Amino acid sequence: MVASDQTPSPTPPGARVVMSSGDVSRALRRVAHEILERNKGPADLVLLGIPSRGVPLARRLAAVIAEVEGVAVPVGSLDVTMHRDDLRRQPTRTVTPTKIPPSGVDGKVVVLVDDVLYSGRTIRAALEALTELGRPRAVRLAVLVDRGHRELPIRADHVGKNLPTSSSERVHVVLAENDGGDDEVRISGGDR
Amino acid sequence: MTDLLLKGANLLGEKGADVLVRNGVIAEIGSIPAAPEHGGRRLSVVDAGGLVLLPGLVDLHTHLREPGREDAETVASGSAAAAVGGFTAILAMANTSPVTDTAEAAERVFDLGREVGLVDVQPIGAVSKALAGAELAELGLMARSRARVRVFSDDGKCVHDARLMRRALDYLKAFGGTISQHAQDPRLADGSACCHEGEVSGRLGLPAWPAIAEDVIVARDVQLARHTGSRVHIAHVSTAASVEIIRWAKAQGVAVTAEVTPHHLALGTELLTGYDPVYKVNPPLRPDEDRAAILAALVEGVVDAVATDHAPHARHDKEHAFPDAAFGMLGLETALAVVAQVAVRPGLLSWAQVADRMSFAPARVAGLAGQGRPIEVGEPANLMLIDPDASWTVDRAASQSLSRNNPWHGRTLPAPVVATFLRGECTAYRGRVRGQFDPEEIA
Amino acid sequence: MTRKHLLSSADLSRDEVDSILDTAESMHDVQRREVKKLPTLRGRTVINLFFEDSTRTRSSFEIAGKWMSADTINITGKGSSTSKGESLRDTVKTICAMSVDALVIRHSASGACHQVAQWVDASVINAGDGTHEHPTQALLDAYTLRQRLGSLDGRHVVIVGDLAHSRVFRSNVITLGRLGARVTVVAPPTLMPSGITDWAARDGFATSWDLDQTLYAASPADRPDAVMMLRVQRERMSGGFFPTEREYTAGYGLTRERLARLYANTPDLPILHPGPMNRGLEISAEAADATSSAILHQVSAGVAVRMAVLYHLLAGETEAAA
Repeated sequence: MVASDQTPSPTPPGARVVMSSGDVSRALRRVAHEILERNKGPADLVLLGIPSRGVPLARRLAAVIAEVEGVAVPVGSLDVTMHRDDLRRQPTRTVTPTKIPPSGVDGKVVVLVDDVLYSGRTIRAALEALTELGRPRAVRLAVLVDRGHRELPIRADHVGKNLPTSSSERVHVVLAENDGGDDEVRISGGDR
Repeated sequence: MTDLLLKGANLLGEKGADVLVRNGVIAEIGSIPAAPEHGGRRLSVVDAGGLVLLPGLVDLHTHLREPGREDAETVASGSAAAAVGGFTAILAMANTSPVTDTAEAAERVFDLGREVGLVDVQPIGAVSKALAGAELAELGLMARSRARVRVFSDDGKCVHDARLMRRALDYLKAFGGTISQHAQDPRLADGSACCHEGEVSGRLGLPAWPAIAEDVIVARDVQLARHTGSRVHIAHVSTAASVEIIRWAKAQGVAVTAEVTPHHLALGTELLTGYDPVYKVNPPLRPDEDRAAILAALVEGVVDAVATDHAPHARHDKEHAFPDAAFGMLGLETALAVVAQVAVRPGLLSWAQVADRMSFAPARVAGLAGQGRPIEVGEPANLMLIDPDASWTVDRAASQSLSRNNPWHGRTLPAPVVATFLRGECTAYRGRVRGQFDPEEIA
Repeated sequence: MTRKHLLSSADLSRDEVDSILDTAESMHDVQRREVKKLPTLRGRTVINLFFEDSTRTRSSFEIAGKWMSADTINITGKGSSTSKGESLRDTVKTICAMSVDALVIRHSASGACHQVAQWVDASVINAGDGTHEHPTQALLDAYTLRQRLGSLDGRHVVIVGDLAHSRVFRSNVITLGRLGARVTVVAPPTLMPSGITDWAARDGFATSWDLDQTLYAASPADRPDAVMMLRVQRERMSGGFFPTEREYTAGYGLTRERLARLYANTPDLPILHPGPMNRGLEISAEAADATSSAILHQVSAGVAVRMAVLYHLLAGETEAAA
């Protein structure tokens, strides 16, 4: 999770690209279909992106769903900063906005959207933040990349790509909306 | 009795000589060989090579706090602080508890000082009973007492009633006394005010009082001195306007004298920004213009003397927010060094002039016979030795004072005091007083 | 940002002010939910040490701390000048003997918080020290203005009242300056702070003795975008700062007539008052009520801003003493 908070620079030496922009868009398309399949349609779906990169991913998923089903699924953002368990280990983090769609989350199927699933702590914080906003009927998790090394019993329902990594490696997700240029997922570092 | 020989001293920074002291009096000055037994008398020889010999300093303005606040300072601890600072006489202000406003109270302080025997403690008598500013205290009885009070002051407070000040100045003529006035108009200086009124106090939100609170009293009192033909002394002059008024008055032949403190020469309002109560003092620290003016006046001689206004305070009186803390700083142990730094090092005053400002002139103002005398054969041996080229770092924990409100802590100052002699006896040596060091050490 | 203390508005850079105000917006949203508590400061101890009475500010800090899940304790400090034998230093060191993360202090003496910060390990938050500063009030005023006006860059804010004795003025002139606002301060000469001419010149704000000239400037570019009225204590009259209340009101009060004229030029002009108000002295009843909708907003804004301040000082990695 830590890796995706950084602003990636052009491919540094020693980094390998594991997903090109084409790979990213195909993966998102498939995830959108999976969400609809699992939910048996778009009814009661609410997509909440976890800032910062989960938000544009949630919007893209909603765009695909709109294309496929002709329905506009509500999209919002869920800031988890206040619920993190690691605040004291770093300088004060900037709080980002939480924007819940007007229809709320009570009784809805909330799909949390994030770019990388790693230790699972961010999602735990997200679940806590979510319970303070209401009572969804169900909560699911869609991520672009699952890089393993879970520290909590958390699993993603929908995964764009499984990426086995070593803990010394870093995963960078580059999205056009956040970083300009083409989408990309890179891995750098690691002991060889 | 032991004779004392100071070998190779630099007298007033002007000429090198040996000085022989016998029976507390300067017996010989010149080139004097050091024989271990001379004329059947024991001789203690002090190597004063490279050291400047000055007359013992005289402080016109000290607060000894005894009786009443012995937790902050006593006659003994204050005397010790004075001795290590190179003083052989100090005038003790009257704002003790009870106030020194009777002959008995004055004699008590005088006797305590003699008992301790490290410096000559000369009590100052209050001008008004209990410092209330309403009725004259028993000035005559205090003058006639064993304490022979000649300087009177309500310091801490201003003698603000013009009629009372006039009566007191008149009355003093009978026995040649002087009033040391703490110039601060109480109507211009509000009770809660705690520092100099200016841009710094405005920004910091500190209640403050303006310089004119001092100036208007100085202006009034030089006129009263002129009118009565009596002597007035302005304590701790701190403003440029006060200096102008005093200069004018002296030109008119008014019998006015004045003192400045080392801290008003060296410290200024910029130090308020940390809100550290060690810098809270009355009169308050002033801006650069005032500091420059009083330094120039001291150099010129318009201001006659340096006085410490040594004001010890217990920790629990200082460790408050700035507006709530007590006013005052320590000063006896550092006075000479600060004057050396601000005036001697930059070449504004010679050591001979320092001797005048810190010994001859204050003794004259105070009417103290036997102190502030020239370094000549036949004069009492009230002397002190300093190392003009050395430096020392002030450590408030190492002070002889019982208090720790020391604004110089941690600073490096020049001219440490090496030894102090009261009528030929060594009362202090390198920061320790008689009883704390082995007399053999000083040889 | 791992700031340890908030002693003065000058401590905060523009970025820090923006960051705190942005966080306050999120906190304000939290207050509108059913579950108002955040777990962020769980396990932290915040002590509100008030030497001077203030129900409004103290309860604001208390609620802010509790809604961040901090253990919040209120202690009334004894007036330091009257308690013999125990210094302010002894008082705060005793309180901080149990591990305390933050001391929120209100004191009647300027500089008290600066002193305390030297003596304790806890973070010190200035909740008003004498006539010196009130940083969280300035943040809350800036927040309110930002909600009403958007960006404050280039906006003209007029502050009127007893400037010499006002900590709200001192903090506001700094924070508004940080945010790029233009400030004009108005008071009779006797209530201007000492050294104001040089101070205003150095810090880039304007001063005036004439309220009408300031409020109704001929050129629209010079007119105010917001007006802040400061409380004038009636005791200032006995101190000889002005002759009578009615003379003060005539020259410097936001009367019904002045309000009407202001609204004629700018109908929605925000009017702020840090409270409590002296209705009829510095602010007429009509003007007070015109601000009343802002007051309720200011109360919840106050909690949000103080939650944001607590977050910014206590949530992150604790740095060594600044």
